[in-house]
Amino acid sequence: MAERVYPRLVAARLRGQASYRASFALLCVVSALSQLVELAVILIVFTRVSALGGFSVDEVILMYALAGVAFGIADMVAGQLDELPTYIRTGTFDVLLLRPLSTLAQVMTSDLHLRKVGRTVASAAALVYALAHNDIAWSPLTAPLVVVAPLSGAVIFSAVWVISCAVCFWLVDGQELANSVTYGSGAFTSYPATVYGPWLRRFFAFVVPGAFVAYYPALALLGRPDPLGGHALLGWASPLVAAVTAVVAGLVWRFAVRHYRGTGS
Amino acid sequence: MRAYARLALAGFRRYSTYRQAMLAGMATNVVFGMLRLAVLTAAVSQGPIAGYDLAAASTYTWLGQGLMAFVVLWGDKQLAERIRSGDVVVDLYRPWHLQLALFAEDVGRGAHALAVRFLPPVAFGALFFPFRWPEPAALPAFAVSLVLALTTSFGMRFLLNATTFWLLDNRGLHALYTLSTWLLCGLTVPLAFFPDRARAVLWLTPFPAMLQAPVDVFLSLAPQWTTLAHQAFWAVAVMAAGHLVLHRAVRKVVVQGG
Repeated sequence: MAERVYPRLVAARLRGQASYRASFALLCVVSALSQLVELAVILIVFTRVSALGGFSVDEVILMYALAGVAFGIADMVAGQLDELPTYIRTGTFDVLLLRPLSTLAQVMTSDLHLRKVGRTVASAAALVYALAHNDIAWSPLTAPLVVVAPLSGAVIFSAVWVISCAVCFWLVDGQELANSVTYGSGAFTSYPATVYGPWLRRFFAFVVPGAFVAYYPALALLGRPDPLGGHALLGWASPLVAAVTAVVAGLVWRFAVRHYRGTGS
Repeated sequence: MRAYARLALAGFRRYSTYRQAMLAGMATNVVFGMLRLAVLTAAVSQGPIAGYDLAAASTYTWLGQGLMAFVVLWGDKQLAERIRSGDVVVDLYRPWHLQLALFAEDVGRGAHALAVRFLPPVAFGALFFPFRWPEPAALPAFAVSLVLALTTSFGMRFLLNATTFWLLDNRGLHALYTLSTWLLCGLTVPLAFFPDRARAVLWLTPFPAMLQAPVDVFLSLAPQWTTLAHQAFWAVAVMAAGHLVLHRAVRKVVVQGG
């Protein structure tokens, strides 16, 4: 039964958004621009330097684009979790618990912001540019990475979103802390991991497996060895990492919901 | 005058009630500061860029992290919401100048933000990162620059909110404003890194007055009087524009009975 409910829910949300055409179009453009502002930052910095963390401008754009597509999809799918504190505070979450559907899926589909597609489209355009302007080591092994890496990245980001937002079950004001992990890892992955100091790298590349979103796949596409000494096969590890983080996220969510007691409002 | 002082005090108090949220916000602020600084560090460690060495880049980053809450770089929606719901009519009836009253409240908010959102990231940066302190003589100029930055930012936010009188829904414009301030005010990259022509054009707009200008005064990167004059011009200009816009808008407001 549940399989039919979700497409219907999502379709209803999408129809609702499409009814305000002008507002929707403007918000799509803003979403795309917000991604392009980050590109502008990269380009401005590169008017002053020729390499960042040992990577050229086109190589950095490749990582930025892979991260952007992944983050854009995750933001569309999981971004709604940012509303979780409101659901908890107002008691709306209790209603979700009563329905015979998964709470996580209900929160995720409670609103699907199609306007966020702007970010994904802009990133995909940057990805096409980066693939054309870099010396890609094309082979039957690397070609699938172009699709597999952003999709795995989207799963990784979504899982990170679930885990960090689950903090709000304990801390009602935890949203900002969760933001530093979700949006923070979004910012982290847009640049090569070599840019960051050891502590930031340990946290955002491996505790939050951000390095598997863009950095390692980009190295594999470029056919470059990892300056940090990682194994060459790590570029293909993203789907595996994505699967593991998704399972962890599922477990954390279940544990958090069991802990939930309502705010009594 | 006393009423406006009271409003400023109320603004200060209002924002000091949310302590837990403030702590969480501080942690987020520091994390983003470190992420931004890492990229800048990677750039300037190859040699100073436009007067920014490692210490200046770090000081710039932490000042920016502190200032963005002080000048509410992402804009606010309070007045816009009241215009949309019609509650603004009550505000217009009160025996005050609406723009001045909101400004007084924002000064109170700013004073609170200065203590709890500006000082912590700057102190964090000064403790754990290379930091360039200003000459003691530059501090009064920095204080003036902060006041002008707050005034310009309030003026810009007031204008942004006032567009609701005509648009009824300014969410798209608000999103556009939030998006552009990050880049145009000099938060993500120092404006000095921009290509020459872009930089020249940007300094013709009020955006640098909100963030880059106080940073420049602190770091003594540009002649202080020129920077302060730029800020003073825009502070007066946006406030005057706000006054005119409000004057026009009031004539447009229709109170629906019922």
